[in-house]
Amino acid sequence: MKPTPIDKGSAVTVRGLVKHYGETKALDGVDLDVREGTVLGVLGPNGAGKTTLVRCLSTLIKPDAGTATVAGYDVVRQPRQLRRVIGLTGQYASVDEKISGFENLYMIGRLLDLSRKDARRRAGELLERFSLTEAAGRPARTYSGGMRRRLDLAASMIGSPAVLYLDEPTTGLDPRTRNEVWDEVKRMVADGVTVLLTTQYMEEAEQLASELTVVDRGKVVASGRTEELKAQVGGRTLRVRPADPDQLAPLAAVLDDSGLTGLATATVDTETGTLLVPVLSDDQLTAIVGAITARDVTIASITTELPSLDEVFLSLTGHRASTPRTGSGSADAEEAAA
Amino acid sequence: MSTTTRTAPAAGATAVDAPALRGAADGRIGLRAHARHTGALVRRNLLWIRQDPESMFDAVFMPIIFTLLFVYVFGGSIGMALGGGQDEYVQYVVPGLMAMMGMNLSMAVGTGFNEDFQKGIMDRFRSLPIGRSSVLVAKIVVELLRMLLATAILLVVGVVVGFDITSWSGLLASVGLAAVFGSSIMWIFLTLGVTMKNAQSVQGVGMLVMMPLQFGSSIFTPTDAMPGWLRSFTEYNPLSSLADAARGLMSGGPVAHDLWVTLGWSVALTLVMAPVAIHKYRTKS
Repeated sequence: MKPTPIDKGSAVTVRGLVKHYGETKALDGVDLDVREGTVLGVLGPNGAGKTTLVRCLSTLIKPDAGTATVAGYDVVRQPRQLRRVIGLTGQYASVDEKISGFENLYMIGRLLDLSRKDARRRAGELLERFSLTEAAGRPARTYSGGMRRRLDLAASMIGSPAVLYLDEPTTGLDPRTRNEVWDEVKRMVADGVTVLLTTQYMEEAEQLASELTVVDRGKVVASGRTEELKAQVGGRTLRVRPADPDQLAPLAAVLDDSGLTGLATATVDTETGTLLVPVLSDDQLTAIVGAITARDVTIASITTELPSLDEVFLSLTGHRASTPRTGSGSADAEEAAA
Repeated sequence: MSTTTRTAPAAGATAVDAPALRGAADGRIGLRAHARHTGALVRRNLLWIRQDPESMFDAVFMPIIFTLLFVYVFGGSIGMALGGGQDEYVQYVVPGLMAMMGMNLSMAVGTGFNEDFQKGIMDRFRSLPIGRSSVLVAKIVVELLRMLLATAILLVVGVVVGFDITSWSGLLASVGLAAVFGSSIMWIFLTLGVTMKNAQSVQGVGMLVMMPLQFGSSIFTPTDAMPGWLRSFTEYNPLSSLADAARGLMSGGPVAHDLWVTLGWSVALTLVMAPVAIHKYRTKS
């Protein structure tokens, strides 16, 4: 699938990238673009090739074929220049646990050729920005999971990278901490950083990415704007909330009897007091809304929803992307079976 | 691919004017930058010691325990064979222990390096615009500092049990020689550290190689009474050369041959193993 036409410069351009490990085709001809100042979500299950992609793009491994440029630098021919413009936050927090948060950031600053004074200042700024000032002097191993990821993000930001890779930034975090990390990423994006985010969680891609590339077994199976992808895959869901919850059952009965819902049926969600009706076309939507208003019921709200990315992935690849976020172990087990 | 299309760096932080990164346009890393990077990494490894003082136990206690053990357990009988007594053996074994200490401590550089790879931090280092060798050279520098401390303790304990330093310049020279040889050995352990699966295997293989090398040498005892085949082995064993050179330098005697052999081994090991270690470090996936 061709990338969508671009209106901004492309910060990351990948064409036909291949990396094989023996029989395993970790990357089997991947094309993608990340436009400057945007977040591209690379979505796929464990073993889809996401981490291999990030490792190629951060010069940690050499691709077998294909090209990739980041901020204009070729990953194979200009690795030294390229390392100057990227930031990497890996799947496992890549901070030194034995030294303090401040020392971690100071060290990266020095490795990025800042003077002692600048490195100290930059470390202080980023500690403050990622709300780590109080913990600055403590060894990183005493940090909570969320603090460690924040320190990791801060370390990636020391050199003000043009492109930031976030490789499954919230894998293994509890929901509250995950939200914390999402907020930090959103702030960084608001500041204009270009981000390539890999994730196996639909919710994460939906939260952070404006465009998506869906990968499976080393291949791109779909790409486009997040909403476009969702629309492409299937129908919408109409959600109607009558002011009087007692009207839910009668409304559902009327719609089912009318035949307007096609082969599907209207379902009642008592928890939210809404009626859910799958819709496949604009005409069908109009007819259903007409039937509802004809009943002379007071409607409190009426919305349409696009399908979730879980459903998108299922329809694109024929298998589910990941098990629900109950623990990282179960997702791995499913992947091994796949 | 044009390099002028480079994306403008993002602001990165609120109200932060991020300092521009220095560096040549082609991304080459100069000598001064190398020194700066290595310095930052040495600092990190020294901070580890402050966090975890127990990691210094080997460097502090090994010289004390080994000196006391060898001098009081073997000193009497080997000393007698040397035509003297325990005092004779002290004079013999202290320079030998100095050679041994370098080997034992170099092994720690391999296990420590391996542990680094179990964490994500190595990925960060390798994705930074720093010289390929900085991370490894920093490890060696810190290990040499530990070796110096261990040697100082060894000499203090040695003097306490009766070691007689006849030449201070010879002492300094032999410490330098041990450091040169030790750092060449460290490249081997760094290579093991990158290639082996975990720190235990590094330690295991290290011990397997080192025990025969240390005992099959003139470190602890003169080789005259050994069977012929073992004696030939000890003659080619660089640890014998290092121990004999240190003996000659510290308490007088012929030096030149052993000195050159030791230096030759050091240069050869470094020339072969340093590129291997750096390559393995760079290409580890």
